[in-house]
Amino acid sequence: MTQHVLEMRGITKSFPGVRALDGVDISVRAGEVHAVCGENGAGKSTLMKVLSGVHPHGSYGGEIRFEGELCAFRDIRASERHGIVIIHQELALVPQLSIAENIFLGNERAARGVISWSSTLVETERLLRRVGLDERPGTRIAELGVGKQQLVEIAKALAKRVKLLILDEPTAALNDEDSRKLLGLIGELRDQGISCILISHKLNEIRQVADTVTVLRDGRSIETLAVRGSVGGPATVSDEQLITRMVGRELDQFYPDRTPYTGERAGQVALTVRDWTVRHPVDTGRTVVDSVSFEVRHGEILGIAGLMGAGRTELAMSVFGRSWGRYVRGSVELHGREVSTRTVAEAVGHGIAYVTEDRKTYGLNLIDTISRNISLAALPRMARHGVVDAHGERRVAERYRGSMNIKAPTVFEQVGRLSGGNQQKVVLSQWINAEPQVLILDEPTRGIDVGAKAEIYTVIDQLAAQGKAVVVISSELSELLGVCDRIATMAFGRMTGVLDRAEATQEGLMRLMTRTDVGAVDATGRPVTEES
Amino acid sequence: MSQTTLGKNAGDSRERDGGGTSTARALTGQALRALRDNMRQYGMVIALVLLLGLFQVWSGGDMLLPRNVTNILLQNGYILILAIGMMIVIINGHIDLSVGSLAAFTGAAAAVMMVDHDMPWQLALFLSLLIGAVVGAWQGFWIAYVGIPSFIVTLAGMLLFRGATQILLDGQSISPFPEGFQDISQGFLPEVGPDTNYHNLTVLMGVLVCAVALFQEWRQRKQALAYELHVLPFRMFLLKCAAIVAAVLAFTLTLASYRGVPVVLLILGGLLVVMGYVMRNAVIGRHIYALGGNRAAAQLSGVKDKRVTMLVFVNMGVLAALAGCVFAARLNAGTPGAGNLFELEAIAAAFIGGASMSGGVGTVLGAVIGGLVLGVLNNGMSLVGISQDVQQVIKGLVLLAAVGFDVWNKRRARS
Ligand SMILES: Nc1ncnc2c1ncn2[C@@H]1O[C@H](COP(=O)(O)OP(=O)(O)OP(=O)(O)O)[C@@H](O)[C@H]1O
Ligand SMILES: [Mg+2]
Repeated sequence: MTQHVLEMRGITKSFPGVRALDGVDISVRAGEVHAVCGENGAGKSTLMKVLSGVHPHGSYGGEIRFEGELCAFRDIRASERHGIVIIHQELALVPQLSIAENIFLGNERAARGVISWSSTLVETERLLRRVGLDERPGTRIAELGVGKQQLVEIAKALAKRVKLLILDEPTAALNDEDSRKLLGLIGELRDQGISCILISHKLNEIRQVADTVTVLRDGRSIETLAVRGSVGGPATVSDEQLITRMVGRELDQFYPDRTPYTGERAGQVALTVRDWTVRHPVDTGRTVVDSVSFEVRHGEILGIAGLMGAGRTELAMSVFGRSWGRYVRGSVELHGREVSTRTVAEAVGHGIAYVTEDRKTYGLNLIDTISRNISLAALPRMARHGVVDAHGERRVAERYRGSMNIKAPTVFEQVGRLSGGNQQKVVLSQWINAEPQVLILDEPTRGIDVGAKAEIYTVIDQLAAQGKAVVVISSELSELLGVCDRIATMAFGRMTGVLDRAEATQEGLMRLMTRTDVGAVDATGRPVTEES
Repeated sequence: MSQTTLGKNAGDSRERDGGGTSTARALTGQALRALRDNMRQYGMVIALVLLLGLFQVWSGGDMLLPRNVTNILLQNGYILILAIGMMIVIINGHIDLSVGSLAAFTGAAAAVMMVDHDMPWQLALFLSLLIGAVVGAWQGFWIAYVGIPSFIVTLAGMLLFRGATQILLDGQSISPFPEGFQDISQGFLPEVGPDTNYHNLTVLMGVLVCAVALFQEWRQRKQALAYELHVLPFRMFLLKCAAIVAAVLAFTLTLASYRGVPVVLLILGGLLVVMGYVMRNAVIGRHIYALGGNRAAAQLSGVKDKRVTMLVFVNMGVLAALAGCVFAARLNAGTPGAGNLFELEAIAAAFIGGASMSGGVGTVLGAVIGGLVLGVLNNGMSLVGISQDVQQVIKGLVLLAAVGFDVWNKRRARS
């Protein structure tokens, strides 16, 4: 039996009004990948913050033993000195600095206060090779995609001589390809003797790389299970086993049956986007969205699949009040009539809503309450003579707290204090509350637990059943296949195809998503003749 | 799951509400806990009370003499007006360095209009406020529509309007003003009814304010209970109400035993109520908070950043003009040096009163309390004969301590 490198016993942690952790036990063996899973707000991130000293010793109860030694970390640096490194749910790299500078930020290779660039660069090269990232050390972080940034984070951890690496939902923002790479790397690190705690909502990942899994629920550790029978053997634990423990009940159906919309507008086209072309805001020579056309009908759910950088978010944001990039050409029609969506206010006025994939930057006012965040986009409607109806606002917030199952003591809780998944639910609520006709959801289930995912799929289905036109952008193909009526694919800024739910398969979509040889196609999949 | 946490919490608050044993110890315990939970809210009020007490003792009872209390109001009226506008600017995520110069400029303009052109003072006042609005729009235009940082635009405005004031006044002071104009800053409410030893109208107003304040407190508590929010334990609530009544009555009786309510106080009270209401309940107020909290997110929610920012600066311009007129009326002259360093006093008041550098937080009431802390400090230190130089040092330290305390308190609450 291998020895435990980490033992946490009876960990408790309270915030005003919430008991986030309530006697959690967890033990990690040396050289294993230990997964932690649980619903949104179960306490996973908090547990890791306790372990890494973000919440300092004294602010929590219970004891932590690392390599047999009792630990009382005052801050992150203290835990890092012991070789515990955490990579947070939200990446923490400085975009303006180079890869090398980021890797050694706060840990500079220096002699008497002067940075030694040669050793920094050599070291960086070595670390980048180790994580399998083929980039120059001088490249700026801003030029890298999220997947590569994640690898830089890991290189940064390795530079600190990590013994226990904590990854909080590392693949939440990655596409399948990058996720696979990252999980492969975690496996390699384990073989080099680095233990790893992996927090994830994606159960297939857990079965893929983890050796052991601990399930948290409502701040308590429910059970620790072995993922596989023998080391390196196939996974023996099933999704159902995990879900039952996470949710505390059985989840009968993941994707809802599509409820058809039978109202008066059934079959009518709601939104048509034609020949939409947008350039990069800074690098104006680059066309990021190229002659894209598509349409969505009332009561329909249209998926948009694509790899990272395919231009899906850019397409959505530029259609939504030209909030991204430089508009070149293209038109937006609602019910066949061309409308102007030059500003967000106009777009909202026409009943278009866009739910961002980046909730911290573009979605939420973290220092304000749940209730005020939910009402923000619909304030003019919820007000009389310019004065907000406070009762109505509260009632609405309460309704969403119930229907979306947002975990918070009251609707007056600061959004910044909610767990990641619950923040996502607040963003969704905000836009559903805006009562749009067309709803564009960008990665709507990012960072959301399985139970809540199923709830959100149901919400999406119901929105369509009420006659709304829904566009879902997602990097998870299974999700698109599960909820959409049609799935369009994008590659390199162009629409490369549209498949009906019945004819779509993972392989078929993947082929379209990586296609470089085609010109643009329109919403029905026919090629568009280009004028330029 | 969420139901159980909610239930637990609600039970919690009700339990506390029921009150513990009747020992004084328990009550102090409760008081301390309530205080700790609401530090943000009460911290500065307590600081204010402590300061008043300190100087009352130190000055041998001169501090709280009716004359001096009235004086504090007259001395600080214009700073408080500026602080209210500044708080809103800061909540919106901007700053305005030009308000001192702008106050000087509008005060000078009013002076020129009344003295050199014999305009009726009402018209001069109105035109001054209009100038303030136009200047605010001018600065707002560069900030909101052109996208120049407010720090730069208003720094330019600070120089620009200081110079413009000099030019307008030709380096001279202009006086005197019609009596009506002087009354903006030096006048008091008229007296009515029989001669009691107190100013009748003032006492009446005090009682009215008490009644409204109590009603508000009670309504808020009822709502909070209905929403199952944390409320003060009932005894604490009573204590708080009693404290409010005592404070308001003591304050009005003090004023009433001198010359009653000064006109400045009426202006301030009006601003406080209207601006407070707008910031709390109006859509525009919410938009101001949302923009300061997360500009990108607010814009993506359809908040019209440019228009809102423009309005915020127009409002600041009008308030700066008002402050300028109040100050000119107090001096009974338009002078080129008026309003010097007012911007810094106003900014300090806003930060002492709970604003945050990054925007999105703060209240109008906080700005007023912050301004009063500074004002009381100024007045008290002068009363006990501390020299101007030392006063500056102390005010600097107080600003640092107030904001430092707030930062520390927030950090403590987070972990
Ligand atoms: N700083 C804080 N202040 C107040 N409450 C907090 C704070 N941090 C976390 N919480 C609360 O603690 C609970 C656990 O949060 P935590 O972030 O650990 O959840 P999680 O399991 O990581 O969820 P997710 O999967 O959504 O990321 C939540 O109810 C959250 O609201
Ligand atoms: Mg989390």
